[in-house]
Amino acid sequence: MFNITLEHFLVLGAILFTIGLLGIFLNKKNLIVILMSIELILLSVNINFISFSVYLNDISGQIFAMLTLTVAAAEAAIGLAILVVFFRNQASIAVEDIKNLRG
Amino acid sequence: MTIYSIIFYFFSTVAVLSALMVISSKNPVHSVMFLILSFVNASGLFILLGAEFLAMLLIVVYVGAVAVLFLFVVMMLDINFVKLRHGFLQYLPIGLILGLVLLFELIIIFFTNKFINESNINKIISTESEFENTKNIGLVLYTDYFYVFQISGLILLVAMIGSIVLTLRDRKGVKKQSIYIQVTSDSSKAIEKKKIKLKEGLDV
Repeated sequence: MFNITLEHFLVLGAILFTIGLLGIFLNKKNLIVILMSIELILLSVNINFISFSVYLNDISGQIFAMLTLTVAAAEAAIGLAILVVFFRNQASIAVEDIKNLRG
Repeated sequence: MTIYSIIFYFFSTVAVLSALMVISSKNPVHSVMFLILSFVNASGLFILLGAEFLAMLLIVVYVGAVAVLFLFVVMMLDINFVKLRHGFLQYLPIGLILGLVLLFELIIIFFTNKFINESNINKIISTESEFENTKNIGLVLYTDYFYVFQISGLILLVAMIGSIVLTLRDRKGVKKQSIYIQVTSDSSKAIEKKKIKLKEGLDV
């Protein structure tokens, strides 16, 4: 309990991942909060990468955490740009209104 | 070792609670603020792990760029956020069941599967910092992982161009400079000499 092990960090990552997933389920009408939930999921991925990197004493986990960070930043930029364009056309950011492709 | 566990539990508790507030707060601006708090606490955990460079990168990239981008978009869109909350609890039961099952399974996997040998299981946080984290990352980032570095630069370029192309629009009736006309004009067209007759003036 009082010795911080790898499992502590893995459980923290799992909890953050679950919270992000729950956020996608709950906020079906607000696309911004869904994007934030995706950021939380990517943060949990980063926690896993870095804790394993430190645990195995191998720096490559931190390099891939940097790659994840880059991809997350790019995803946020593109996602928010699409959101702005969608709001300009439809005046709404609810997920239910995104049905132009008849998917 | 207790001070490390106190720091770990403090940072992780605040991170988890603020993550819960991100998905459940009424106002998206508050959501962004709690997202920032969650990321700051996660970077504190990274410092605890000894990954200082990633911790600073997390603060610079997320708190400095991504969260501010979210904040701009939230403030720019004119939305009735109260109406968006309608039906918020509709998906709570299935989401909660799915989330709890997933979390339970993940925790079972973590505690039944010993990943590595037992000998150094309590050594995840080293008290002495024998190596420099930033220097170690720099040593491999530009040599062994050079393609990763290049590809992440390419990803950022594509994201930049993509978001500019998506949000750029031509509005009618807005006065703009035409760079082509400005550049191609020369002095012979710029000045015109006219003879003005006395007491008649000139139509311009």
